[in-house]
Amino acid sequence: MPSSATATVTLPTDEEILIARDFDAPRHLVWKAWTTPELVRRWWSGRRGEVTSAEIDLRVGGSWRYVMLAHGEFEVAFHGTFQEIVPEERIVTTEVYEGMPGPSEDAVVNVVTFTEDGGRTHLDLLVRCMSKEIRDAILESGMEAGMQESYDALEEVAISLR
Amino acid sequence: MARAATTTDVFNAVAEPRRRQILDVLVGGERPVNDLVRVLELGQPQVSKHLRVLREVGLVDVRDEGRQRLYRCNGPALKPIHDWVKGYERLWEERFGELDAVLEELGQGEGDAQQRNRDGDPSDR
Repeated sequence: MPSSATATVTLPTDEEILIARDFDAPRHLVWKAWTTPELVRRWWSGRRGEVTSAEIDLRVGGSWRYVMLAHGEFEVAFHGTFQEIVPEERIVTTEVYEGMPGPSEDAVVNVVTFTEDGGRTHLDLLVRCMSKEIRDAILESGMEAGMQESYDALEEVAISLR
Repeated sequence: MARAATTTDVFNAVAEPRRRQILDVLVGGERPVNDLVRVLELGQPQVSKHLRVLREVGLVDVRDEGRQRLYRCNGPALKPIHDWVKGYERLWEERFGELDAVLEELGQGEGDAQQRNRDGDPSDR
């Protein structure tokens, strides 16, 4: 895997998170892996657990829901509704973390764009939050989970990437 | 009172887009304030105000050289922010690592299908 295969996380504004990554695969395959439940089950939990359920109704107004059993201990679930779908190019969807109390139905909007260049795909995932507080809470949650990670697990990923 | 946080917290200091811009410039090397005024196309009072905030949280250092004051970015002060974003970045790093494996397999599957088509017998294998 080329060294450019590294996710970058930047904070374009107070309410946004931008995650970007290049993939050594054509766009239609990245799209397929992103939108097919059986395939999402294989990558969405990262190294933090197991995806126990992935449902995707890929149409505008359709909904999706992913459930992960984290570290074999607790379930975390996210769901959302598709607002915009341009096949192999762009997905706009809401995302709700089900552990969050209160009416957070539109707390976060994810804008995913796929662009292909010479058989490689660049993916941008822009996370738009309703407030800086929500944005910061999302980043914090990543940190907490990140702290639990051992470097051994990271190394395993690195090896699997070859 | 509300303004106090801006000047005491690294996170708040970089929440301002202009201050992030100043840091971007200073990461490239030491600069006098006039350079920043030119690059940012801002008035000197505004730039000086932003520099003051950045200095108070330790993100920017200053030294006098002759008649010039040179500003520079103090990298280690950015570490809390770096650490903060890093955990989240690692989650995506992991997900994408797994996604790479899925993609490799999909790519191979496609290669096989093309091979079968070339062989002229799609039902074979």
